[in-house]
Amino acid sequence: MLCECCQKQDATIHVTQVVNDKARELHLCQDCAEQNGLNVHSMMSLPEVLFGLGGQPDDSASSGKSCAHCHMRAGDFKKTGRLGCPRCYETFAEEMAPMLAAMHKGTQHRGKAPAGERARIDEASHLDDLRKRLAAAVKREDFEEAARLRDLIGGPAHDAG
Amino acid sequence: MTLDDLVGRPGAWLAAATGPQVVVSSRIRLARNLAGLAFPGWAGPEECVRIQDSLWTVLGKARILQPSFRVDLAATSPVDRDFLRERHLISNELAQKTQGSSLVMREDERLSVMVNEEDHLRLQAMSPGFHLGELWTAIDELDSTLEGSLSYAFSGRLGYLTACPTNVGTGLRASVMAHLPGLRLINEIEPVVKGLVKIGLAVRGLQGEGTEAFGNMFQISNQTTLGESEQVIIERLEQIVNEVETHEKNARARLMEQRESRVRDFVGRAFGVLSNACVLASNESLELLSALRLGVELGRVKGMEVGDVNRLVVETQPGHLQKAVGRGLSPDERDEARAVAVRKAIRRASIQ
Repeated sequence: MLCECCQKQDATIHVTQVVNDKARELHLCQDCAEQNGLNVHSMMSLPEVLFGLGGQPDDSASSGKSCAHCHMRAGDFKKTGRLGCPRCYETFAEEMAPMLAAMHKGTQHRGKAPAGERARIDEASHLDDLRKRLAAAVKREDFEEAARLRDLIGGPAHDAG
Repeated sequence: MTLDDLVGRPGAWLAAATGPQVVVSSRIRLARNLAGLAFPGWAGPEECVRIQDSLWTVLGKARILQPSFRVDLAATSPVDRDFLRERHLISNELAQKTQGSSLVMREDERLSVMVNEEDHLRLQAMSPGFHLGELWTAIDELDSTLEGSLSYAFSGRLGYLTACPTNVGTGLRASVMAHLPGLRLINEIEPVVKGLVKIGLAVRGLQGEGTEAFGNMFQISNQTTLGESEQVIIERLEQIVNEVETHEKNARARLMEQRESRVRDFVGRAFGVLSNACVLASNESLELLSALRLGVELGRVKGMEVGDVNRLVVETQPGHLQKAVGRGLSPDERDEARAVAVRKAIRRASIQ
């Protein structure tokens, strides 16, 4: 199983979080788990574990980080489980990635979009698909297919460069 | 129109019904926020009022919401808020809010918008029965109309951005209220609920989040919102609820075949208490009304329709009881008023 955060390494840390009698599973690689301050020996809430606050003192870099737009700090999110403004998703993107991966069925939006946004999404969603197929091809050691997919993903970037 | 005009109406989610209903009602909500503005829980009260004012203007022009009716939470009493909550027009969270939060609803109650709940906008569509597809069509239209006048907080990767990361993506929660007394009587409700939770659905009680399942009413909804389209989420829920419905019907058939006397006893005892009690507590009454509903659906109770039971379920809630008499009632007075309302409704019914 691949790490839900980086989608690159094998997941070796498996966390089960029980909230209101509902179990949530999270599968991370060692690196992503450490980056997010996961301390497997202590009990923590999901935001704590995933927001890089678990087991760290409150004055850590993560807790001090705040949204330039609404000034919400990571520590505020830890308390309420809610973000301050839409921009917080960019500010705390890194910290939130494993949380979103654990909560949802995917990491790329596939539903409705406001009229003007649709073309942009189709491209992002296409790239996301290619990346997943590339990871799968590498895993089953189909290097020919992997090379083809890598060229497809890298294609527009080469043209631009 | 005023709130008082809603008193005595059955409510959008429990309107009149004649046939047996495993799925009592369906509901879809969409969470939406405005780009560049703090979410309601983080914005100050003044900012919430400003956001509300701008949203009222846009909502007032949305044709699909007409004729519409607006309730400013700041102008409501605690009884009003209970009343709206019991009709599923506002959430438990909105019921706690005052200035800067409101409900804008179409007069038929089937389409409504909560302003400054957890998100700037919570659009919701409700109907009796099992009609998620139609609800999606209606709410999608309302959403697209609003999108023409508002700039939504949206990201190509994460979709619609919401205050709580559990709603990000589609911002969609589709749910059904299912009445499952058969599964409980054959002791299969627990594995069914566990199975639903295991495949990623949320199961809650009558009043939604944080409530227990009284009266064998279970609210079943999707839990995840990112990574799948609205259609996929809705279709999967429909498919699973169809299976639950089949299980429930099979359970009832098995009960009638193998343990008919047990079912007669279950319905009969409930009928006896409901017909004669002078004091009825809220949860007790929901449990008994569940048995009464089963009795009506199985043809054991005559002279009453499922819709009459639906009506009782809503009208015997604390907010509705108080709204009906037009004054506040103590918990003891409410239990007496509830018993009176039930006795009156059941008077002409008989048991086979």
